[in-house]
Amino acid sequence: MLLNQFLLLAAVLFCIGVYGVLVRKNGMLVLMSVELILNAVNINLVAFGTLTDDVGGAVFALFTIAVAAAEVGIGLAIVLLMYRNRRSIDLSEADLLKG
Amino acid sequence: MFATLAAEAVSTVTTVTNDAAWFLENAWIIPLLPAISFALILFFGKRMPYKGAEIGITAVSVSFILAILTGVAWLDHRDHFELEKYGEEQAIAVSDGAASATDTVAYTARFVAAEAGEGGAHPYVAVQSSTQWLQSGGIEFNAGIMVDGLSVMMLFVVTFISLLVHVYSTDYVGGDRRYTHFFAFLSLFTASMLFFVLSDNILQMIVGWELVGVCSFALIGHWWEEKPNSDAALKAFLTNRVGDVGLLVGMITLFFAAGGGKTFDTIKINEAVVQGGVSHTALVVAAACLTAAVMSKSGQFILHTWLPDAMAGPTPVSALIHAATMVVAGIYMVARLYPVFWEGMQIEGSSINLLATVGAITVVGAGLLAFVQDDIKKVLAYSTVSQLGYMAMALGVGAWTAAVFHLFTHAFFKANLFLGSGSVAHAVHSFDMKKDMGGMRKFMPKTYVTFVIGSLALAGVFPLAGFWSKDEILVNTGGWDLLGGSGAAPGSYTFHFVMGMIGAALTAAYMTRCVYLTFHGEYRGGHAAHDDHGHDHEEDAAHGHHGEPHESGPRILYPLYILSAFSILIGFVNLPPGFLAGSKKDPAGWQERFLHFVEPAGSSYFPAVGHATPSWSLAIVASLVAVAGAGFAYYYYFIRLDRLSKQLGESLVAIPNGITTTNVFARAGHTLLVNKYYFDHLYTGIIAGFTKGPLARAANWINQNVIDGTVNKAGESAVQAGQLVYHKIDQAVVDGAVNLSGRVSDASGEELRAINSGKVQNYAALMFAGAAVLAGAFVILLAL
Repeated sequence: MLLNQFLLLAAVLFCIGVYGVLVRKNGMLVLMSVELILNAVNINLVAFGTLTDDVGGAVFALFTIAVAAAEVGIGLAIVLLMYRNRRSIDLSEADLLKG
Repeated sequence: MFATLAAEAVSTVTTVTNDAAWFLENAWIIPLLPAISFALILFFGKRMPYKGAEIGITAVSVSFILAILTGVAWLDHRDHFELEKYGEEQAIAVSDGAASATDTVAYTARFVAAEAGEGGAHPYVAVQSSTQWLQSGGIEFNAGIMVDGLSVMMLFVVTFISLLVHVYSTDYVGGDRRYTHFFAFLSLFTASMLFFVLSDNILQMIVGWELVGVCSFALIGHWWEEKPNSDAALKAFLTNRVGDVGLLVGMITLFFAAGGGKTFDTIKINEAVVQGGVSHTALVVAAACLTAAVMSKSGQFILHTWLPDAMAGPTPVSALIHAATMVVAGIYMVARLYPVFWEGMQIEGSSINLLATVGAITVVGAGLLAFVQDDIKKVLAYSTVSQLGYMAMALGVGAWTAAVFHLFTHAFFKANLFLGSGSVAHAVHSFDMKKDMGGMRKFMPKTYVTFVIGSLALAGVFPLAGFWSKDEILVNTGGWDLLGGSGAAPGSYTFHFVMGMIGAALTAAYMTRCVYLTFHGEYRGGHAAHDDHGHDHEEDAAHGHHGEPHESGPRILYPLYILSAFSILIGFVNLPPGFLAGSKKDPAGWQERFLHFVEPAGSSYFPAVGHATPSWSLAIVASLVAVAGAGFAYYYYFIRLDRLSKQLGESLVAIPNGITTTNVFARAGHTLLVNKYYFDHLYTGIIAGFTKGPLARAANWINQNVIDGTVNKAGESAVQAGQLVYHKIDQAVVDGAVNLSGRVSDASGEELRAINSGKVQNYAALMFAGAAVLAGAFVILLAL
């Protein structure tokens, strides 16, 4: 079984995603990194589903895709509004909640 | 339906029992209908074409029909009950109960329990259907109905008079500004009274008792814009509160004393008392307290003063509430809880007790007061007080059936008289016999005839209704030893017998005076100021002219005709044995039918009340006494005063009263009567005055100096203690602790604010770090 390879792939994707989320200043790229994290999770779900011969994993992956679509819609809307207000999508500038 | 029931009564026993039982068990519908009507009239009445009157009349008509059917069912049940000893029906009742709703289970269980009980125990004659309302502390609060002869009789009386009064009112209060409101309260009253008479427990009786009191208050004060009317309403309400204290204390005593304690069930209480398991002291207390309740509700001396004032209400209300139904609530309550009085007052074999004496004094005291009243309704009001005195006295001397029978007959002829007086007042717009009436016979011949019939029935003239019931009371006092006619009367109440005789003479005399002043002589009205009536004047326009009174319309006259017919005939339902053909045991005869159907004799919850043998000699003497009273009054008014009036050419009002001007004692007596024995002075002047004056001042002084002084001192000490606590404890210790914690939070917050950079990615990094730590911990825990 190729489970290890899938898990490794997922872990790599996840780490890339986390890196992108934490480091990139560009809002669009952060969103894309979030997609990477989610897809890493999807790979895990499908992989384990196939391993245990359970279609539930694939179904959950589909749900995740649907939720991800919704999430990215909201995310894009936030980025768009941010751009309209500030003429920039640099996340490091958005620090109004500073304590 | 009537025919069907009657036919089945002959053919098959079982079906009839089932059919009849339906009416007996579902009698709760009868009060429910007027209650619904009350709500409907309140919400929709003003929009209806007849302003809500039609709703009330419809509801009461249906209730009336149901009451009659229930009555027929009861007659069947009562006869059948004794015939069959309840062997067969028991089985039917059981299957019936099992099949139908749980409401009927109580009914079934009663028969079963009675059947299974000790040998010889009678099953209950009364049909009780109750359901548990709530349970608290091991005490059951039931809501239910109890249908027996007494309640069936009351159902008939209340619905019948109420229906006639509803019809009468459509004309009498027509055009009134609160016409709809009036009908709403008539409905509410009817519902409350029916609820009261159907109660199967004392708690429900108290509720019904208070409900009718509220309706009475609202209807007496119907024309509350005038101060005397609202005063009268308040007086009625407050006077009744005095007696209600007695009612509550009495009922509470019974609740704890009877049947091993803690039951509200009327039958259980009565049964316990009859079986002798209740302490005599408790019964004495309960009976005395309940007598106080009777004194207020049923207008007995010395709490009668509200009833004449209650005539401030519209006349139909006086007929329905203050003559026929509500004021007999006290009598009904005594009749319902009769064992309590029977044992508590030791009625049997005695010759004096509280209830009988209160009644006897009321009979004569109120009878005398009726002589000095100029207001026709007040004459009738005192007459009602006097007749209620007869009923209370009858119950006091052990004449249960006679009292209830008198209640029954009195309802008809007194309603007849009140409605008759209303008819006259409607024509002359006043109730003052001396100023505004006289000679009304010419203008209102039909009202005159019905009024005279009512008066004759009230005076106890053979063979009208009042004769039979009053005679039965007198014979049952057992005071008729003089001519050896006492028979098997429960006691020997000679004093009460004499008072009853005097009352009979007084009744005949004051009704003669009333009839003379109202209907004979010359018409003295027609002058200005017709405002006493209290009506809106829209209606006067409809009448067209003020000058000459005229006969009332059909909606007023037909109720009078019907009531007059009843006043003549209703006495025949309880003919004494030996009258007409047939023996006492002849079930087809008319003898003592009322006694048979109404008195629960022989049942386990009713004392063994003896019945005196009716005596013809007594009947003749009583009639002669009444005729003598009437004759004296006839001579004085119809002959002497009429002649004087014609000789002097003056109105009789201007002629001085003969005796009172010449004899000092007569004048003193007259003054005493005019001042109503000074009871009103006693209550308002002395008791209320003392309370408002010296007592209030003393209370105020004590309040200001003693109580307030203590309170002030306590307050000052408290302030000092408070200062101490504030400075030493609150400021130093408590606030110190709070401030310290605040400062600590402040400092730590200052340190921690560095984390809150406001940058999303910093937060995300923290979250990932936290997640990584948790995941690491998770892995380590799994590995362990």
